[in-house]
Amino acid sequence: MPLTPRDEKDVAEAICAAIAEDAPLSIEGHGSKSSLGRATQRERVLSLAALAGVTLYEPQELVLTARAGTPLREIVALLDAQNQQLAFEPMDHAALLGGARDDATIGGVIAVNASGPRRIKAGAARDHLLGFRCVTGRGEIVKSGGRVMKNVTGYDLSKLVAGSYGTLAALTEATLKVLPKAETEETLLLRGLGEEKGLAALRKASGSPYEVSSLAYDPQGDAAALRLEGPEISVTTRRDDLARFLAGFGGATEVLRADESRAFWTRVRDAEPIAGEGVIWRVSLAPSDGFAFVERLRGAGAPLVAHIYDWAGGLVWLRLETAADAHATAIRAIVDALGGHATLIRADAATRARVDVFHPQPSALASLTRRVKEAFDPRFILERGRLRAEF
Amino acid sequence: MSLVMPLPEQAIMARREELLARLRAILPAANVIADETARRAYECDALVMYRALPLVVVLPETVAQVSAIMALAQEMNVKVVPRGAGTSLSGGALPLEDGILLGMSKFNRILEVDFENRCARVQPGVQNLVISKAVEYAGFYYAPDPSSQIACTIGGNVGENAGGVHCLKYGLTTNNILGLEMVLMGGEILRLGGKHLDSELYDLMGLMTGSEGLLGVVTEVTVRLLQKPVSARGLLLAFPTVEAGARCVGAIIARGIIPGGLEMMDAATIGAVENFQPCGYPLDAGAIVIVELDGTPAEVDHLVAVVEQIARAEGATETRVSQSEAERLRFWAGRKNAFPAVSCIGPDYLCMDGTIPRGRLPEVLTRMDALAKFHGLRVANVFHAGDGNLHPLILYDASKEGEIERAEKLGADILRLCVEVGGVLTGEHGVGVEKRDLMGEMFDETDLAQQQRVKCAFDPQHRLNPGKVFPTLHRCAELGMMHVQGGKLPFPELPRF
Repeated sequence: MPLTPRDEKDVAEAICAAIAEDAPLSIEGHGSKSSLGRATQRERVLSLAALAGVTLYEPQELVLTARAGTPLREIVALLDAQNQQLAFEPMDHAALLGGARDDATIGGVIAVNASGPRRIKAGAARDHLLGFRCVTGRGEIVKSGGRVMKNVTGYDLSKLVAGSYGTLAALTEATLKVLPKAETEETLLLRGLGEEKGLAALRKASGSPYEVSSLAYDPQGDAAALRLEGPEISVTTRRDDLARFLAGFGGATEVLRADESRAFWTRVRDAEPIAGEGVIWRVSLAPSDGFAFVERLRGAGAPLVAHIYDWAGGLVWLRLETAADAHATAIRAIVDALGGHATLIRADAATRARVDVFHPQPSALASLTRRVKEAFDPRFILERGRLRAEF
Repeated sequence: MSLVMPLPEQAIMARREELLARLRAILPAANVIADETARRAYECDALVMYRALPLVVVLPETVAQVSAIMALAQEMNVKVVPRGAGTSLSGGALPLEDGILLGMSKFNRILEVDFENRCARVQPGVQNLVISKAVEYAGFYYAPDPSSQIACTIGGNVGENAGGVHCLKYGLTTNNILGLEMVLMGGEILRLGGKHLDSELYDLMGLMTGSEGLLGVVTEVTVRLLQKPVSARGLLLAFPTVEAGARCVGAIIARGIIPGGLEMMDAATIGAVENFQPCGYPLDAGAIVIVELDGTPAEVDHLVAVVEQIARAEGATETRVSQSEAERLRFWAGRKNAFPAVSCIGPDYLCMDGTIPRGRLPEVLTRMDALAKFHGLRVANVFHAGDGNLHPLILYDASKEGEIERAEKLGADILRLCVEVGGVLTGEHGVGVEKRDLMGEMFDETDLAQQQRVKCAFDPQHRLNPGKVFPTLHRCAELGMMHVQGGKLPFPELPRF
């Protein structure tokens, strides 16, 4: 039975008790991402599901505060009613990790810094977290940041907490920057260019003045996809300008209108085109290295089953046949040569305990990372072993 | 002057000759500035009311030299203050009498421009505007544009998480950098991020940004480049009152429009600006709002019409739309000259930098007025209206007995007011030494202790830029103490929920 605190004080009590008994805690919202990262050495689960509810929403100020266990779909619906959105477009892990769709909590989204295709223009979850409240691994209630857009008062701990997988603190409340929704969107598809040329077209478009908000290439359908968002008149003219700008690449042109376009990017966001049996990796590198990475991986004989490029080639999702090391050696050798990092997103728990799920770091960086963990959680009470076997 | 800095450590001062000799073994003799007259050039940053003569100034040219200097400082227990161009308005680069001032001005090269990946690798001493100038020919620019962009450096921008008029739409420094190379206090060289978008594990680059030189010395920055919008047009909107102007700003944003720039000035500032260098602002206005819309011409024309309509509905007494690039720049000229203009209506001014929730603006202005009257001083206002970042300029006369102190007290009262209504002590200038003693207004002891523990992870001996940001220095050992120890639990009956 998970511990289910009702408020922040309860969370603090639970963490204090865990410290006293040296019983490592794992933090959950609805559990949709519990298989991300290394398998933890948990003895107890702290569920933040009861810590739910939006506590502040001021559309004119573009700001929303919610308790960590608030379902994302509730926040999305609330924003939608005001024509606003979380512009970082958090991905839904259900297609890759199983479980119900639309079952994430805002705390989980922040914990893994989940972002979608609009990341190239709008930023990641970390860019939208203005402030937060949490209970650290010391059992102390701490707040950081604020609720205004511009704030350089003290260290920007929001950046540290976003993407920390709950290893520093149990987030209890998050304050987010929200943004207006675009009036409409369209997607320009260029088909039949092949992988290398398709990706080159995306990079060219990313340096164009047409404000393309998402750029993906799906090898399954041989489609380079470019999303345009804004007022109707602007989208239409930019789409035509962009098509002319990329005419030199050739290929068949197709336009996805608003609803089709939204459905297309939801599939890309959730990496649906690569869903299926096998191990899954997420690789982040310079956009111009995306294709080279996949070519080298093929050259190394890795059994690549499916892949998709997002972020103009800077994010590669891969599905491979299962293997003892989940192909970590081959993938990491190539990433190390190019620059970037690779994360094992899905494999069984035994593999995730054996293989480094997160990219290994040079020793000076690794020891600083450990010291930062210790600054928040000196006894490694929270998510012990989630990031590294040692902590 | 109310500021208290840690007393210089005599033991360190006594070893100055040894320190100089060892620094000269690392650096060419000309790069170790020991002479008092030459050191005077570094005794303050742009917050000129606080000054201190650094023990020695060093100007390294390579990362290896920076690393060696840091390792030496750690070994000899000497403090280090990093400095870019010294444009900090909060005293972030104020030297220490027992410390090394580490000037990064010789790190002034653009190392690589990579248009394909829309980024550039630059050394920290490169000026903000130089980056945009270097990529302008290809239609690119670097978005964050602090007012001091002609002088301030990218390394300093990282230290302060600098913003500017573009940041409502394009974000602050933290949203526009991809990679950092930095040197820790012990001399270790780290690379964070790169040309890829997301950091992995802890986002130490995000933490470094805005850390005011307390965590490490930045030796290289990879910045994101953006394509310049094809067109931009400005609107100059006049309102009878600041309240009406503020309502208009709220209505623009509520309509789903995020302008490239959205600024406001009050009557005192408008008068000062027109007196300084006339640019045609209506003198009878209670407030002026300047809106800049950028994008494709069709989009900009569409948005201009919408914003004009909103402004009229909110009671604008005048709406002007720029018909040429020259006119757009003329709209901005007054705003850009606001600070020098204000210095002509009072001998001295103190520029404050608080951020508030935008909707509280009318209330804050009224109460700020009352505070100014109470302290017997005047305030002129310039706002980054879009994001609620206020720059009240407190006018005073330093030659008059007690006016500096009154100006400081008024400034502190204004910042307390900002925090009280849900805002923060500093929106873009940093805490530095200026707002250090006000940190308790925003954070409690536990919050501050946690921030200082982060400092301990980087610099356990507190040798890097001490005396800034945090009101009291705690030793890392005492910060490490647990409030709850095994066996002495405040909650023995757990679990109970």
